[in-house]
Amino acid sequence: MVRVNIYDQISQNKRMSYTLFLIFFFISFALASIISEYFGGGYLGTVAILLFALIWMLFSYYRGDRAILAINHAKEVRKVDYPHLFNSVEGLSIAAGIPKPKIYVIDDPAPNAFATGRDPKHASIAVTTGLLQEMKRLELEGVLAHEISHIKNYDIRYMLLVMVMIGLIGILSSMLVRMFFYGRGGRRSRSGGYLILLGIIFAIIAPIIAQLVRLAISRKREYMADASAALLTRYPQGLADALKKIARSEIPMTSANQDSAPVYIANPFRSKKDFFSNLFSTHPPIMSRIKALEAM
Amino acid sequence: MDPILIILGVLVLLALIFVWIYNGLVTLRNRVKNAWAQIDVQLKRRYNLIPNLVETVKGYAKHEKTVFEEVTKARSAAINASGVENQAQAENMLSGALKSLFAVVENYPDLKASQNFMMLQEELAGTENKIAYARQFYNDSVMGYNIRIQKIPYNIIAGMFGFGKEELFEVDIAAERKAPKVEF
Repeated sequence: MVRVNIYDQISQNKRMSYTLFLIFFFISFALASIISEYFGGGYLGTVAILLFALIWMLFSYYRGDRAILAINHAKEVRKVDYPHLFNSVEGLSIAAGIPKPKIYVIDDPAPNAFATGRDPKHASIAVTTGLLQEMKRLELEGVLAHEISHIKNYDIRYMLLVMVMIGLIGILSSMLVRMFFYGRGGRRSRSGGYLILLGIIFAIIAPIIAQLVRLAISRKREYMADASAALLTRYPQGLADALKKIARSEIPMTSANQDSAPVYIANPFRSKKDFFSNLFSTHPPIMSRIKALEAM
Repeated sequence: MDPILIILGVLVLLALIFVWIYNGLVTLRNRVKNAWAQIDVQLKRRYNLIPNLVETVKGYAKHEKTVFEEVTKARSAAINASGVENQAQAENMLSGALKSLFAVVENYPDLKASQNFMMLQEELAGTENKIAYARQFYNDSVMGYNIRIQKIPYNIIAGMFGFGKEELFEVDIAAERKAPKVEF
């Protein structure tokens, strides 16, 4: 039964968030100790770097949603200007049993939408003006229901954490890489050659591992949100039609930010259709999503 | 090990399990009550919107008295209706009356184009949707609660402390959704 799966999904998401935190913590720990070792900082250096990482992570966890909204040029809007959008979001929030999320609009002709936040009480939905223009009532409701499902299922928390930690690992690895290539000679000769080799390998591998962890789970999450959306609107065809329109749309999205692409309902940079962009795509192919919805 | 200690430990464990199950049931039952209250909130919003709508339409279409009377009558009947079944019937009457009101509006292009009317129409359509969604959420909550109180071991505690089955709100959802939901 779908319902049971959704509750499973919520607890799984909470569990996965903790697991993810641990995995990323160990990667950061390894990176931090290599950096510290290189500078001869010892344990104290490692602790200092990890402390900085923790503060950075806490800050991003509580303020990250605003950053994501800002880098995607989303502006908070009032009900008088978008009565229909507000009514639809309010209705779907009632159906999902969550508080009404804050509503943002991105001035961009490409139809797209995303949700972000750390829990249903601190959540936001952003839609593009293109989406509002192109979608009919039931299609818009389908898209919004998909985003509401991401909020209700705690996908938003998971995505936020993943982005925060990938950012962190990115910073630490680039620090390492820079150290090895531009570092001062005196220190380099003191630490063993194996450490440099290990460090370089790790600095290259860590971001890739981080990306793969993100990919492994986020495709399934999109199917899940589609299914939950169908359960909310009791009308899967609405979302299916909306996805068809999004797939047909040729307009590239200019306001979107590359690092936050996975939060969108459809990949905003889908024009690049080579092998690698498919391998590293966070979204399942839109056609198979439509097929799944129409089979409901 | 002292057998008294073991018995005591088992008793404490049982008490903890009891508290956990009982609290879970209380949460679910309150969720159902809250879901029911949500429907009322939306219904009231709809009742409050109707006088405004009638006034706005009156400004353009003074001669359609019978329609206005019908809507006003259906509205007060719906407000005063008691019991789930009567309520549902009165709501259907009201939806029907609103439908004929919107049919009248079709003859007045100025009215249809007026900002005020369009806002009210959007609000009303939005509220109709919210009523449907609130009922859906109520039924989802009731289903979750009813399933829980019938499962082992919840059914034992539910039976002992009077957690009874809750009624589903049974209106044909397809018909309900069709209410005066106007496509633009």
